[in-house]
Amino acid sequence: MRILLFAKRNTKEVLRDPINFFFGLGFPLVLLVLLSIINASIPPEANNPMFTIENLAPGLAMFGTVFMALFAGMLLSKDRTTSFLMRLFTSPMTPKDFIIGYTLPMLALVLPQATITFLAAGIWGLEITANLLPAIIVTTITSLLFIGLGLLAGSLMNDKAVGGLCGAVLTNVAGWLSGVFIPLDLIGGVFKKLANILPFYHSVQGIKTVLGGNISDSLPHLLIVMAYTVAVFLLAVIAFRRKMSGGKA
Amino acid sequence: MNAITMTNLTKKYGDFLAVDDLNLTIGQGELFALLGVNGAGKTTTIKMLSCLIKPTGGDAVLLGNSINTQPQAVKKLINISPQETAVAANLSVSENLELTAGLYGQNKKSARQRAEEVINQFGLEGMQKKKAKHFSSGMQRRLSLAMALITDPQILFLDEPTLGLDVLARRELWASIRALKGKVTIILTTHYLEEIEALSDRVGVMSKGKLTAIGTVAELREQTGTSKLEDAFVILAGGRV
Repeated sequence: MRILLFAKRNTKEVLRDPINFFFGLGFPLVLLVLLSIINASIPPEANNPMFTIENLAPGLAMFGTVFMALFAGMLLSKDRTTSFLMRLFTSPMTPKDFIIGYTLPMLALVLPQATITFLAAGIWGLEITANLLPAIIVTTITSLLFIGLGLLAGSLMNDKAVGGLCGAVLTNVAGWLSGVFIPLDLIGGVFKKLANILPFYHSVQGIKTVLGGNISDSLPHLLIVMAYTVAVFLLAVIAFRRKMSGGKA
Repeated sequence: MNAITMTNLTKKYGDFLAVDDLNLTIGQGELFALLGVNGAGKTTTIKMLSCLIKPTGGDAVLLGNSINTQPQAVKKLINISPQETAVAANLSVSENLELTAGLYGQNKKSARQRAEEVINQFGLEGMQKKKAKHFSSGMQRRLSLAMALITDPQILFLDEPTLGLDVLARRELWASIRALKGKVTIILTTHYLEEIEALSDRVGVMSKGKLTAIGTVAELREQTGTSKLEDAFVILAGGRV
């Protein structure tokens, strides 16, 4: 009951900000259109599959979820700095109520975001099959990584720092190292190794393989993403509990 | 019966002693003011009593519940209006109030009913649907106090509730606080001495984490041989008149 009430409040706080609407739903669509236009301009003899819709759709579905880190982090950080969280800390709410209450609205935002991105990709030629539903579910699961990163940042930093870290740094790091915008094989070397170590490339590959109907092939990628997610959430919970039990709010 | 009993309550941050061995009892329905200069330990005391931070030593019992061993039971009995206007900016007045009531266990119907009562009590009629971020700081503070009261707390902590308000807004908030006297135990911290004179039953003066004096405003004046509370406070806080 408390979790749902708090989650409902958090959903309203995020959705009532028009900038969040643009970055949450509009921005992946803008990128989809732009990159599809670029793809249409690439001559077939170039044999460059980079921006084909089968690669682009899962990549942008993952990239859209990066903004959940920004939304979760900013919300938590603003709640801390305005003392709203201090008020809630004196209520009977438990750490579990807070963590789930901040996470659920983000997951609820990812579902329509991923669905719209994939359906819009259908207009640009993506074959809409029964694999769409598992791909949306996998996108939602992989988004937990970014939600956790947002909660960790929001527990430790003020809203300006969260905006810089989750808005500017994370979107760039996740974007470039996911292989969505530039082929990793083209650059190779340390860049490719780093992309393979970090979870962003594996998130895209996990979604892409599920979308292609190869669920078993997605598992190694998803395991890597989930390992990072568990670690990030553990750190976020530790940081949040510290704030709750007397760290400077 | 005492609402609050503090026994050797202590808080240390490293080597810094923020609250030093506080022993104090506050009666039910009493409006007790904590007075002190910045860093005297007032807010730290309120944070310990409202289970926001754990004491380094000692204990406080609120209506029979220890802050050390029964914080969840304490949290059900108290509420706080913090120094900053702690409201959800993108929620309306009604939504802020109903959320707070719901988080303390009231069902939807009861929360809505209580929200309407509190809206009337605090003169927020006609603004139910207005988002908190569009309010003046005075109105936000009034909403913040309303949010603290919608849960029917038995003990209410008001941490500098009128800080930064203009005279009219302050007087309006005083009237709201005065209406609670005798019904709710209130612990008030403030820098405004006229606020203490207007509202408090008893005053505790804190200096460097210690309680240096306790009594009614008249008793503090008598104790220091002064005619003004300000002069009494300066002497009790360790300054010179």
